[in-house]
Amino acid sequence: MAQNIASHHEAEANDRVLFGFWIYLMTDLLMFAVLFATYAVLRDSTAGGPSDRELFRLPLAFTGTLLLLTSSFTCGIGMIAARQYKKFQTLLWFGITFLLGLAFLTLEVVEFRELIHEGHTWQSSAWLSSFFSLVGTHGLHIISGLLWMAVCMVFIVKRGLNSSMIRKLTLLSLFWHFLDIVWIFIFTIVYLMAFV
Amino acid sequence: MKEFLLGKLSLKALPHEWSTIGATMTFLVGALVLVLLITRLKRWKWLWNEWLTSVDPKKIGIMYFIVATFMLLRGGLDAVMIWLQQALSSGASNGYLSAAHFQQIFTAHGNIMVFFVAMGFMFGLINYVVPLQIGARDLASPFLNTLGFWLYVAGAIMINLFFVLGGEYAATGWLAVAPLSGTQFSPGVGVDYLIWSLQISGIGTTLGGINFVMTILKMRAPGMTLRKMPMFTWASLCSMVMVVTVFPILTVTLFLLFFDRYLGMHFFTTDLGGNAMMYTNLIWMWGHPEVYILMLPAFGIYSEVVSTFSGKRIASYTSQVLGMIGVSTLALLVWLHHFFTMGAGANVNAFFGIMTTVIAIPTAVLVFNWIATMYKGRIRFKTPMLWFLGFISVFSFGGLAGLLLAVPPANFQLHNSLFLVAHFHTMVIGGVLFGIFAGITYWFPKVTGFKLNERIGRYAFWGWIIGFCMAFIPLYVLGFMGATRRLDHYDSSTGWQPLFILALIGGIIISVAVVLQIIQIIASVIQKRQLADTTGDPWYGRTLEWATPSPPPFYNFATIPTVTARDAYWEIKRHGGLPKPKYEDIHMPKNTAYGIYVSAFAFLAGFAFVWHINWLAIVGIIGAIVCVIIRTFDEHVEYTITADEVEKIESKMRKKNLAADGQGEEMGLWDFVKIVITFIADIFRKKLWRRI
Repeated sequence: MAQNIASHHEAEANDRVLFGFWIYLMTDLLMFAVLFATYAVLRDSTAGGPSDRELFRLPLAFTGTLLLLTSSFTCGIGMIAARQYKKFQTLLWFGITFLLGLAFLTLEVVEFRELIHEGHTWQSSAWLSSFFSLVGTHGLHIISGLLWMAVCMVFIVKRGLNSSMIRKLTLLSLFWHFLDIVWIFIFTIVYLMAFV
Repeated sequence: MKEFLLGKLSLKALPHEWSTIGATMTFLVGALVLVLLITRLKRWKWLWNEWLTSVDPKKIGIMYFIVATFMLLRGGLDAVMIWLQQALSSGASNGYLSAAHFQQIFTAHGNIMVFFVAMGFMFGLINYVVPLQIGARDLASPFLNTLGFWLYVAGAIMINLFFVLGGEYAATGWLAVAPLSGTQFSPGVGVDYLIWSLQISGIGTTLGGINFVMTILKMRAPGMTLRKMPMFTWASLCSMVMVVTVFPILTVTLFLLFFDRYLGMHFFTTDLGGNAMMYTNLIWMWGHPEVYILMLPAFGIYSEVVSTFSGKRIASYTSQVLGMIGVSTLALLVWLHHFFTMGAGANVNAFFGIMTTVIAIPTAVLVFNWIATMYKGRIRFKTPMLWFLGFISVFSFGGLAGLLLAVPPANFQLHNSLFLVAHFHTMVIGGVLFGIFAGITYWFPKVTGFKLNERIGRYAFWGWIIGFCMAFIPLYVLGFMGATRRLDHYDSSTGWQPLFILALIGGIIISVAVVLQIIQIIASVIQKRQLADTTGDPWYGRTLEWATPSPPPFYNFATIPTVTARDAYWEIKRHGGLPKPKYEDIHMPKNTAYGIYVSAFAFLAGFAFVWHINWLAIVGIIGAIVCVIIRTFDEHVEYTITADEVEKIESKMRKKNLAADGQGEEMGLWDFVKIVITFIADIFRKKLWRRI
């Protein structure tokens, strides 16, 4: 009986945390909305410099998109494994997700480096300020996601899979899918629209 | 090397003006006295364990009150300085403040009053009252709550830090409008202090908002459906939903301004394609809903007060709830009325003008419901009710002024004039601040176990009403006469000076009223046995918070009550009172210091960004992240109190309540003066200071 009450208490707490995390994701989405809005407003404010069509390399951004979409898929498989308490498979799939995320991040860093190397920095024009802020904020989110994933994997190794770890992984996977969705919008609005 | 270690910080940043030296000395002496007192009384451990690291929303609520009270006095001092300058500075006289100093004062006044006074008091009240009203024992996430509070404290310290280091605050107006707030026109650290103070406390507010939406939607007592929720809880829910909707906008906007200043970006600059009007749009998209975020909990307080002191349930519950939801929804669609003069075009202005006028409809629904609640009620004119009556007269008046401002052609005349200043002070003082006072007086016995002195409270109320009218009605007139806001000097031929002097006298009367409020609290503490609330229900309340003893035990309810109707406690009382309690094991969250640690690191990072100390910023950010990780992976955050222990605590509380008497005459002002004189005489006669 006491066991029952305790697990009921825990289930309620899980439900609340999940709900709270959804609200947090919505606040984060609103932050991205503001960044998208500033990007839309400043898109033509290139201050006489080259425009998006001249600077972007679509294959690079497309490869990044594929990497991130695949990582969302592997993250999903990792969650299925975690819910079945398969420790090794969980670690394997989240490990692959981590590597894909890292590859995506590397591509982004390469792109940023090239732009800066050619003299197109965030100081060059209002449009580039908004570009670096929007894409960079997404990149920062990816970094925090990767950090979170790494810490979770360390704790899976140390403590094994338990209900509280699965709760953390659930939130992490929500966060990762959320970043995927935001990236689809970035890819469409920032990169694809440049070539329309 | 020095630049790497200290950034822009140097000896020149230390105080060297009368105002900064004075303020720094006050802080130092105050801190020293506090430290000595706590050490002397051996209270450090108690302070840390019982208060600072507490996750009990009631204790966090009280800590919010304490910080907000200090900030109210601090912001009030700014107000008096503004009044004095404007009364003096006419014609040949330039007053006692320089233009630059004056600009910093009104900027700080606005920031402090909105972010640290109004928000602080509202979060304090919501923390204390909402869990009790919905029959919950704690919040959905106790950790987020303590973190939010300590981020608020970090912001409050940051906004005062410029006295000690830097010596200048932003001179940009409370919203730091661009491009004035860019490095081109504001190269100093003032704007950076503004950015990081608001950023840190704003993130705390967002976390608090998420937490309360979770709590209100997920943790209500069994039987309390949404349509049975008390009005204050409804109002808080509306307000917190608005917080999570608009505070992210503030966070990003401040970040973009920071990017402009720190990384040399061009979002809002005058060159390379920057768009300053975008800043104005973004900041008001947050800024307008923000005033409703403050207003809505006040609406909730008034609803509770008017229904309790009229002895009736609130008139037309459904329309009252819809009114609040309507206000909070429409509030998101009116931001452009702050800058009709920007030149967005007639159609855009017309849309926002109409939306602004439409918002008067749900607001009027609320006002009429309050009046209808009083109709045929048995009204008791206790001080909370007086604050409500003061509010409803002042608020209607200010609201009509707002309708006038909502009309774009009229707005072109009144924009940036003192008419506007008078309007929003009527709303924020008459609406929000009176609501806070009503709420504090109403729930004071719940928090402390004794009521506030009514007689001195009435004097304070009349002082506020009279002082308020004298201070702000002249500003409406001055606005029509053409006086713009933020004037540090005006020509004597304008003939404005008598009106400014009248406003100053009003300000002095308000200050007297504030002193009376402080006396009211001290007098009540002296007489706390006579004013004791032995029943837990001193006003014949209607909602669940009055079902607990005053002050409530840390777990709020030994048995969670079951709710069957609106005005849950009123119904319980009608049907023979609370059932005999059946004690059960209670799970409560453990105290945690991680809220303090994370906020301290966030503060360090903010400070480092103000002074361009990159390594310290990295230390601050990494420190905060590590603390959050440690806290997240801590599995032992709860403990259990057994049913036996609960029973012991409950019976002990009952005995203590029987010991208090709750009878006797309240002291008046004259009695208070006599007590103070006797006290001082005692000190001299018995040489009491030797004992300390």
